[in-house]
Amino acid sequence: MTAEGPPTVTRQLKFVQALNEALDLCMAKDPRVFVMGLGAPDAAAIFGSTRGLVEKYGRKRVLDTPVAENAMTGVALGAALRGMRPVMTHIRLEFAMLAIDQIVNQAAKWHYMFGGRAAVPLVIRMVVGRGWGQGPQHSQSLQSWFAHVPGLKVVMPATPHDAKGLLISAIEDNNPVVFIEHRWLYNIHGPVPEGVYRVPLGRPNVLRRGRHVTVAAISYMTLEATRAADELAKEGIELEVVDIRTLNPFDETLVLESVRKTGHLIVADTGWRSVGFAAEVVSRIVEQGLADLKQPPVRLTSPDIPTPTTRALSNYYYPLVSDISATARRLLGRPAKPEPEIKPDALLDAPDSTFSGPF
Amino acid sequence: MTRHAPADVARRMLHGMMRIRFVEERIKTLYAEQEMRCPTHFSIGQEAVAVGVCAHLTREEMITSAHRSHAHYLAKGGDLRAMLAELYGKASGCAAGKGGSMHLVDLAAGFLGAVPIVGSTIPIGVGAALGSLLLDDPKLTVVFFGDGATEAGVFHESLNFAAVHKLPVVMVCENNLYSVLTPLEWRQPREREIYQLAQGHGVLARQADGNDADVVYEVAGEAIEHARGGGGPAFLEFKTYRWLEHCGPNDDQHLGYRPPGEFETWLARDPIQLYTTRLREQAIVADAEVAAMAERIADEIDDAVAFAKASPFPSRDQLTAHLYAP
Repeated sequence: MTAEGPPTVTRQLKFVQALNEALDLCMAKDPRVFVMGLGAPDAAAIFGSTRGLVEKYGRKRVLDTPVAENAMTGVALGAALRGMRPVMTHIRLEFAMLAIDQIVNQAAKWHYMFGGRAAVPLVIRMVVGRGWGQGPQHSQSLQSWFAHVPGLKVVMPATPHDAKGLLISAIEDNNPVVFIEHRWLYNIHGPVPEGVYRVPLGRPNVLRRGRHVTVAAISYMTLEATRAADELAKEGIELEVVDIRTLNPFDETLVLESVRKTGHLIVADTGWRSVGFAAEVVSRIVEQGLADLKQPPVRLTSPDIPTPTTRALSNYYYPLVSDISATARRLLGRPAKPEPEIKPDALLDAPDSTFSGPF
Repeated sequence: MTRHAPADVARRMLHGMMRIRFVEERIKTLYAEQEMRCPTHFSIGQEAVAVGVCAHLTREEMITSAHRSHAHYLAKGGDLRAMLAELYGKASGCAAGKGGSMHLVDLAAGFLGAVPIVGSTIPIGVGAALGSLLLDDPKLTVVFFGDGATEAGVFHESLNFAAVHKLPVVMVCENNLYSVLTPLEWRQPREREIYQLAQGHGVLARQADGNDADVVYEVAGEAIEHARGGGGPAFLEFKTYRWLEHCGPNDDQHLGYRPPGEFETWLARDPIQLYTTRLREQAIVADAEVAAMAERIADEIDDAVAFAKASPFPSRDQLTAHLYAP
């Protein structure tokens, strides 16, 4: 750190606190910003992410809604046409499925199909669940759907720093932004600067420098990739972890540069394998950097099956840190290590010991 | 007993209906040239609803519409040149050629937008009304849609939300008895009228003749005053009839889906013929005045068509423009 550089950030916040602070700061500085969603002002406050806002800004600006996701998304769009800047919240991504018409047919295209006459500054937060038996309809990570649609921006932060900086950028953006938060990141701590700062949309970030294998990772898998990097460092293997952060528009430059250096690519995504975002990352690198690859790239994703509820099955569903490490060793021709034995009743269905159900 | 609109409003409404009819008749003719290459839904026969409702609205007040939107766009004061240019896919079109007939917009005239996904603009209009609440600006929004939209879940979701917050919004349902070719009685129970759905949501709801401009004007006036005055949303069902095929410029009698005599019954209730006769009888307009109106409208249409035809197509670089707002 030089004298001219930014001050070292020592303040640690949880991911959820960073989200909360972003909302608070945006509402304080811009009266057009308002939050809406089922339960947004309630006591649980969307896992704490909207905590304290209704006391500060009132029920109009922290608007509870009927169970009417499609209409409420259209309502948000209509309010945005009046110059408001709505932040919608779905406590589970699945609930946003009810609003696909408004998100895909309307919000995504409104600016384009009306020849640029109007803009839709709209943020739609969606929480992806995992563990504690969230099961088939509370743990889908459908970012690929949204990233497929031109006109939407799709953001998935992985650190408390980025959660705040990306959410502020999303709220200030004049386009519909799908902002997907992984539930298992909510309790992660990290340095978060005070006040308003922005992490630009559309730019990945090299979270960890390394020479041997590139891991392009999304959301919670970014955290898993840094854990794998820690593990492999003990063996002299350096992972370079590129946090994708924005899936649409996706700028592959950093991944390409990294692969040019390492010659190896693992893409770690929280979504499904087939036709998923990991395939998009692989495609772009193969199209533009095939000569740099020493081995075929590898996707580490959820398998193409619905998420089972019982941990006796979900324990074998999600890719683990050990899968990333094993893949890196294989790509580098290092000897395989014995795979960790996972018992059916192992408590892999919680991110840490503080996490308990029901959500 | 319906009260008649004041003479100046009556003249304006007659002119408005004639203008919509003549514009669409011109589009009908020009469509055969195969240069307007977009799906086009004609409002011929349904002009009185658009005109009778919009006669109350200020330029700043807002409306949304759906696939059959020409009448609403024109009645609200949408730019005719920009509309025709849009149908021709020209850069000077109201949506820069990217929308076509099904995506009209004119923000300066308070026309927020029209889209062809049935029911989709209902919550968007309600959202504009929520904006009024949040901005502490009681500006009214009117949402136009057809009978089919009342079958979509989003209609009920939107009306419920508007009722909860007493939003300044008037929903106008043009019940033309068909969704494409499917009659109402195959889609909704015979013993329940559409406006009763809105009553169930606890809002002011009325049903009226949509082919009589005076009736539309009076009923809309009550609803609009109610919503403007903080009384909450209102819902209006106007019975009317589509003369042409669902989409396109042609008659469709040969398809046989209309019961015998139905078309002729409604044709005899042509909203323009009906109103012209009444205003003549009341000595509000004379034949010469109607003829002069028709001539002025024809000139205006000539100008707009010439403008649209002479306008350039969007340049190739516009393909990628407007993906994201700056």
